[in-house]
Amino acid sequence: MNNGFEPNIIGFLCNWCAYTGADLAGVARMKVPSSLRVIRVMCSGRIDPLFVIKAFLKGADGVMMMGCHPGDCHYQKGNFSARRRFMLLRTILDNLALEPERLGLWWVSASEGQRYSRVAEEFANKIKNLGPSPVRGEIFL
Amino acid sequence: MPQLLKISKSVDEGTKAFLEFLLKEKKVCGVITLRKIHGDQGIGYSLITRPDDLEEALPLFPLMPANGGKILSRLTLRGSPKEPVAAVMKPCEMRAFIELIKRKQGSLDNFVFISQTCPGVYPIEMSSGGDLETLASRYRENIQLGENIPETRSACRTCLHFTPPNADIIVSLIAEKDLDKSCSLFLNSKKGEALADGMAGERREQTLDSPELRLLHNKKKEERKKLFDEMGTEMRGIEGLIRLFGKCIGCHGCSYVCPLCYCDLCFFDSKPNESRPISYQGDLERKGATRIPSGTIFYHLGRLAHMSVSCIGCGMCTDVCPVDIPVSTIFSRVGESVQKIFDYRPGMDVEEVLPFAVYKEEEFQEIGEQ
Repeated sequence: MNNGFEPNIIGFLCNWCAYTGADLAGVARMKVPSSLRVIRVMCSGRIDPLFVIKAFLKGADGVMMMGCHPGDCHYQKGNFSARRRFMLLRTILDNLALEPERLGLWWVSASEGQRYSRVAEEFANKIKNLGPSPVRGEIFL
Repeated sequence: MPQLLKISKSVDEGTKAFLEFLLKEKKVCGVITLRKIHGDQGIGYSLITRPDDLEEALPLFPLMPANGGKILSRLTLRGSPKEPVAAVMKPCEMRAFIELIKRKQGSLDNFVFISQTCPGVYPIEMSSGGDLETLASRYRENIQLGENIPETRSACRTCLHFTPPNADIIVSLIAEKDLDKSCSLFLNSKKGEALADGMAGERREQTLDSPELRLLHNKKKEERKKLFDEMGTEMRGIEGLIRLFGKCIGCHGCSYVCPLCYCDLCFFDSKPNESRPISYQGDLERKGATRIPSGTIFYHLGRLAHMSVSCIGCGMCTDVCPVDIPVSTIFSRVGESVQKIFDYRPGMDVEEVLPFAVYKEEEFQEIGEQ
């Protein structure tokens, strides 16, 4: 625990798998961190790297990208693009020492309510331990 | 082993003589090369069709007023020349053109490329108020020493791709000892050999590779490592980013001269990128104060996300920055890491597909399943 700091985590969830999985977790009353704010996109391939960058610059302490498992994308290939974009983002953050651990990608299918609950809780704890994002107080962005 | 054509003139006069030969023998209908703007106002690219105009040409001049690859892209955007045109380009300009062609922003058809083993260029500001002659002779003296030439762009002093693999003709500059008396042209392809057929000069077989080139490559590699390591310590975290980009005035000059930034309307110049009052309100509620206008860091991180995978390290961006931000060092350093992840070599092979236009089903397998 870190001074009772409640992180702001933004999650981009694909409509068909991840969001449905999250919905299932909710219906089954599984534990889900309140620090996670979910944004639904139709496919993880819709996640523009600029969304993630904007989220961090607006003070998000963590960002999650979630979609269908490779091979199961509702639109066939979108999640493969998402995977490459995630690698791009992680490499940029790593090169600039901007704490790449604050960004994650998970494949969560529509039936994996339990998995959604687990990865969300784990990530929220990880972010709590990392502390608030150093970007938070910066004025000259 | 490539053929070498040795012309008994100075490297500048020899190259001009070769270009004149190409025009007079109608091997090409035009030559694109650097040219003196009269009255010593500076230099700029010109498409020349009359042999007499070559008098004012400065094909090997160590300046890059604009990235030639960007110029070739503009020229061939809607179509190619109907007859061969010779383009005298530095290696990074060729790399830029190839990256643009992959984005359907130009075509190689009917072009022949004359390039050089490139010792680098001086920053553009060194040509203003200047004495082009003095700059040129200082350059020639330094080439012969085989060292990394002082005062050239840092992008050039740290460039590892100064020998263009795709040029048809390569003028040998690096470490040449007799630039005042001899002009050596490597005929690097079948097209190159056909072009040189009939040109007066001594012929022999010779490899491009030489101990001098390898030595200079090592020197540049060392300087690159040193520069990137130093930038690595400066570039840490959001404080590092703000220290580097804080003084950015948002002129977007870096994007405008960048060959890879070809978008007719850059996202960062568009309306959707403009901050609306509600956005400022949100920032103020969270932080109490904000920079106006906001979006400086977002612009640079965004441009990194958009083009770093294809950054060919020409250094135009640093050259034009009005507040002396080392944009090219930053972008090249990030670019190098991104290119490594995808095992991508920008500008080397026009058949090598852009990393974000493809994917492999089996790659980065460990991602996402944790």
